[in-house]
Formats: sequence, structure tokens, C-alpha cells
Amino acid sequence: MNDMRLIERAVDMDDIKISARDVQVYYGDNHAIKDVGVDIEDKTVTAFIGPSGCGKSTFLRCLNRMNDTIDVCRVEGDIHLDGEDINARQVDPVQLRAKVGMVFQKPNPFPKSIYENVAYGPKIHGMAATKAELDEIVETALRRAALWDEAKDRLDTAGTGLSGGQQQRLCIARAVATQPEVLLMDEPCSALDPIATSQVEELIDELRANYCVVIVTHSMQQAARVSQKTAFFHLGNLVEYGETGKIFTNPEDERTESYITGRIG
Amino acid sequence: MLFALFLLVPVAAAAAYVTARQRATALSTAAGQRLHSRPQHHGLHSALWVLIAGWGALIVLTVVGEALIQRVLMARISDALPDEGPLQWNLVLSDARSFAQGAVSSEMDPLRERIAGAFSWMNGTRLWLTVLATLGGAAAAAWWTYKGITVEARARVQSETIIRRGLAVMATVAVLTTIGIVFSLIFETVRFFNAIDWQLHKFLFGTTWSPLSGVFEGEMDADKVGIVPLFAGTLMITLIAMLVAVPVGLFAAIYLSDFANHRVRAVVKPVMELLAGIPTVVYGFFAAITVAPLLRDTGEAIGIRVASESALAAGLVMGIMIIPFISSLSDDVITSVPQSLRDGSLSLGATKAETIRKVVLPAALPGIVSAIVLGVSKAIGETMIVVMAAGQGPNLTGNPLEAMTTVTVQIVALITGDTEAETAAGPAFTLGFTLFVMTLLMNMLAQRLVARFREAYD
Repeated sequence: MNDMRLIERAVDMDDIKISARDVQVYYGDNHAIKDVGVDIEDKTVTAFIGPSGCGKSTFLRCLNRMNDTIDVCRVEGDIHLDGEDINARQVDPVQLRAKVGMVFQKPNPFPKSIYENVAYGPKIHGMAATKAELDEIVETALRRAALWDEAKDRLDTAGTGLSGGQQQRLCIARAVATQPEVLLMDEPCSALDPIATSQVEELIDELRANYCVVIVTHSMQQAARVSQKTAFFHLGNLVEYGETGKIFTNPEDERTESYITGRIG
Repeated sequence: MLFALFLLVPVAAAAAYVTARQRATALSTAAGQRLHSRPQHHGLHSALWVLIAGWGALIVLTVVGEALIQRVLMARISDALPDEGPLQWNLVLSDARSFAQGAVSSEMDPLRERIAGAFSWMNGTRLWLTVLATLGGAAAAAWWTYKGITVEARARVQSETIIRRGLAVMATVAVLTTIGIVFSLIFETVRFFNAIDWQLHKFLFGTTWSPLSGVFEGEMDADKVGIVPLFAGTLMITLIAMLVAVPVGLFAAIYLSDFANHRVRAVVKPVMELLAGIPTVVYGFFAAITVAPLLRDTGEAIGIRVASESALAAGLVMGIMIIPFISSLSDDVITSVPQSLRDGSLSLGATKAETIRKVVLPAALPGIVSAIVLGVSKAIGETMIVVMAAGQGPNLTGNPLEAMTTVTVQIVALITGDTEAETAAGPAFTLGFTLFVMTLLMNMLAQRLVARFREAYD
């Protein structure tokens, strides 16, 4: 790790995009997330790190209410997106998810063509009036996901026929195409090889210019490489949250230090 | 006697297993080294050979002996009665056989008594030969395998080979049976077409079905073997049934897989599958006694004439019968569409309905189509409900409120009717063959469609 570079990396803005307070999540009787509170900044990459089962993915899924799809899961506490409570009765999770996109651990392209994969969201939200507009949205999204050059000649072929890294970038393109404000990424590189990983990481760094990105990762190197802010979760608690450089070089909590140095995890 | 012998062979095989295993164990201990095959493999090897030798001898001697006896006796009868034909000879033989076995025969004469005596002696000899050969074969096999037990003997490999060949034989039996059925269908069909001088257009496009009307004159009237009314009936009733079964079954499957919580699912799914276990005869009288009168009365009340046996009643009840097949199979394939695809769609801000319509159903399409094809095959093949609720008259009508009949019902009517089986078999087999070709074409078409529209998710 290049520690000096981490310390010097500046955070672009101080604008709070998501603010969570006293979040509790229960799976049946299991108290999976305890009293988590965090302020996530816009135009920033925030990394959630921690050992397996620490609740980082669960907390990520709270941010676009994907936990609603799990029967036994119950979420309490306040999560505000741009000052609006996302768990409020009048908030439609469908609209929320249009604003908060998500990329999953395992690439999950639809069994449709590459074009249809990317056009799926825009079509549903009626973002394009004409075929030409839709073409443009698809191209822009694929370019953002650094997949355009590889895919432009085979837009009609199945998205499932791409390689693993390309599939994951397709999923990113698909998420980007609906023009979300926040992009949640749940271990987006865990199923990829090192080359594909570095491509996706570069991409995440570029996405920071337009989006608020939250990434869950198992790899501390990855967190250090791509994020400006890091949150360390342990056993359902948010142990420490701060500048990535500080977390990795000078953590305040000894659990964070143990994890970073490889003693727990 | 022979049956007892048949059961004795496995007992002998079990004994051979135990003996061979013990010997192998003893040998291993004595030699102080590991055998190539473990003791139970030697046992299995021995038991398999005992089964093959014992059952083989039993079956071969029974079949060959029977054929041989038949042949010798027939030769004697035909020598004694050179002026008679095979029909008479057969009669003599069967009389002699029943006399020899102590039953009452239609008539007796010296020839019959002579044949009966010969039969008794030959049959007795055959029986003893069979017993000797079976027990001898089993004993020889046991002895030979017992001697073959050595440290290096590859009993495991050999018995695996035997079992693999046994499996292949079973698979071949299934295939050969199917081929045999198809060939007998084709054979009878060709005979039937010969009887109508290959006027295929009259068969395929004729509108009158009354194949047995010319039977007493000894000929088939090509103008009365038109299958159009039967296929019209089959298609009409199948259509009505599918109009009921596909929407209800498919929507039930979607509800169960994507909306019902697991407690509802745990109750509803088994109950629905219970529907599939009701014998069709029960559906049949439900259709005839409850549904058909209900339709007729309702029709009367609103001024529409509904026949008391109608295609509609049969089709509706058949649809209910098919619902569980479609819902259960579709539910399985819809459930097996990965949750990750649903999550992907939902996370893009799609509603549940959009997710199901645009992602889940396309991915599950091949399975749903096979469920529907299975339903259609069930509907086409279903007989009982139609016999009871839609009648047997081959009416050519487009009105579902009239009585209609189907191909399968006519096959039943032909085979169970008063006409001699020989005569009725021609039209019946031909109908069966036509039905077979039709369902085959339908299956192929469905597979083509699926191959074209499927969205493979793995």
C-alpha cells in the first residue's frame, strides 16, 4: 500500500448525501446490525470493510431497501437520502431504487442482449422517447462502464456470453443507465480476476465524479485504492468511520487496527 | 413349480454371496495382504453369476421347450389330419392340452387322446430338465466363481461390467418396446389404408366418421372414414381445456412463487398437487352429473340451448384437471430462476410486476412451454371425461354447446364395441397413429419455438 498517497488524497466535497442514525436490522431473532450511524458524502467513494458476517452487506442493502425483499428481515432507525427519510410510509421503494442503483457481488446480467440489458432501466422509467435517444443512453452508459469499445459490435449478443469482468461492467453500465444519484456496490470484484478487478476499480474512481459511490469490499487493498472514506464494521457494529488514509495508517480503535494488520477477520 | 424355482434362484444367489465373501475374507487373512477386490465384491460377483446362470437356464428352457413341444405336436396333428387347416389343428392341440392338464375339453377322440399323452410326457420331461438345468447352472456358477477367488482376482471390475451391461439391457428394453408399439401402429395403419385403397384425402378431409357401417358387407367404405369431426372435437375440447388451465395454472404458479409467503405456499402447493391425484373417472362423472346439467340449466335460463352433453362441460372440467400439472411445473421453473436476476431488476427501480413480466417469465419460458405442452398432451389423450360429458356422436360442429367426440373416445368405442377386434383394430390403430403423429409434430413445434425465444440464464 502506498500510504503517503492515501494520506494526501483529498476529499472533494463535504456534502452529505446519505445520513443514517441508530439503524438496527434483525433477521428473525438475529440482531444483525446494531446502532449504526454514518454520514455518507456525495461525489465520494465510501468503503465498508470488515470480516465476513459483520453486517456490511446488510447495511448496504438498507440504503436502497433491498432488504424489503427478504421476508424475515426487519429494519429500524432513520436513513435519510438528501434529507428525506427513505423508510417513511410515503416513500415508494421502487422510486428510491431508481435513485439508488446497485451492483451485486456476482455479475447478474439478464439473459437478454447487451443492448437490452442496459436499456432495461431507461425503458422502464420512460427515459427515452425515441429509439435514437435510447441508443444514446445505452452508448453513454456503456462508455461510462468502459465497455463500449468491447461491446459496440456485439450489442445484439447475449449479455451472459461476456466474460466475468465484462459482465460485471455490463451490470455497472446497467445501473448507471438509469442515472442514479447513489451507486451501491456489494463486493463487485469478488468474482473477478486481477485484471478485471483493476478495470472495475479504475471505473469506480471515474464514477466518483458524478455519483456517490458506496462499496462493500473484503479486500483492504481495494478499499485503500478506491475509497476516500472507510467504515469498519465488526459483529454488526460500526467500529470506526473516517478518512481512508487515517483508518489505514492511524486507526483509533484497536479492533480496527487488529483487522487492518490481519489479527482478526 | 417353475415359479418356485424362479424364486429359489435369488436364494441361491444370496447363499453364494455369503460363501464367496467368507472365503475372500479368509483368504485375505491367510495371505496376510489386501485383496484386489474387497470381500463383498467377490460376494457380489458370485451372486450375479448365480442369478444369470439360474434365471438364464430357466427362461431359455421354458421358452425353447414350449416352442419345441408345440412344433412336434403340430407336426403330428397335421400328419394325422392332412385335409384340415391350421385352425382345426390348433383346436385339436388346445383340446389335447386341456385334457392332459385334467380340464374338460370340448370333444375327445383317439387322436386327441394320443396327442394328450404325448403332451403329458414331453411336458413332464421338459419340467425336470428345466429344474436340473436351473439348479445345475446356478451350482456351476457358484462353484466356478468360488474357485476364482484369489488375491489378484478383479471381482469388483467384473461385477461392475455385468451391472453396466444389465443397465444397458434395461434401457434397450424400454426403447425396443416403444419402437415395437410404433411399428405395430404403422403396420395396422397400412392395412387400414389398403382397405380404403389409399384414398388418404377421404381419410384426412372426410366429414363422416362411421367406419364400421360397411362391416357386414365385408368392406370398408372410404366415404365414411373421415376424421375431421373427431379432430374438430379433440381440438375444440383441448382448446377449451387450455383456455381454463393455462391462465389459472400460470397465474397460480406466479402467485405461489413470487407473492405467497412460505406458509401459504406450504399449504396451497400440496393441495393443488392433490388435484392431480384424482382419477379422471371421478372428474368424468363430476362433469356429466354436476357441470353439464348446470350449464344446460344456466343456458336455458338465459335462453341459449345447451345440449345436456356438451364440449364445453367436458372442456371446462378437463381444464380443471390439467391446472395442477401446469401450475406445479411452472412453479418449479419460476422458482428456479435465480433470485439474483430478480434483485438485479428490482435494484434498477423495476416494480415486482415488471420484474416478473420482463425478467422472470422470459427466463422461465422453456419450462413454462413444456408445462403447457404436457397439458395439451394430457388434454388430447384424455378419454374418460369426454366419454361421460361430451358424448360419443361424431358431430361436425363449431358450437361448443353441442355434443362432440374426440379421437380417443372413438378408439375406445371401436375396441370395446360389439364388432370383432380384427375388424375394429384397423380404424382404431389408424386413429392412434394419427394422434401420435399429431402430438409428435406439436412437441417438435413447441421445442422449435422455445429454442427461438428462450433466454438462457446459465
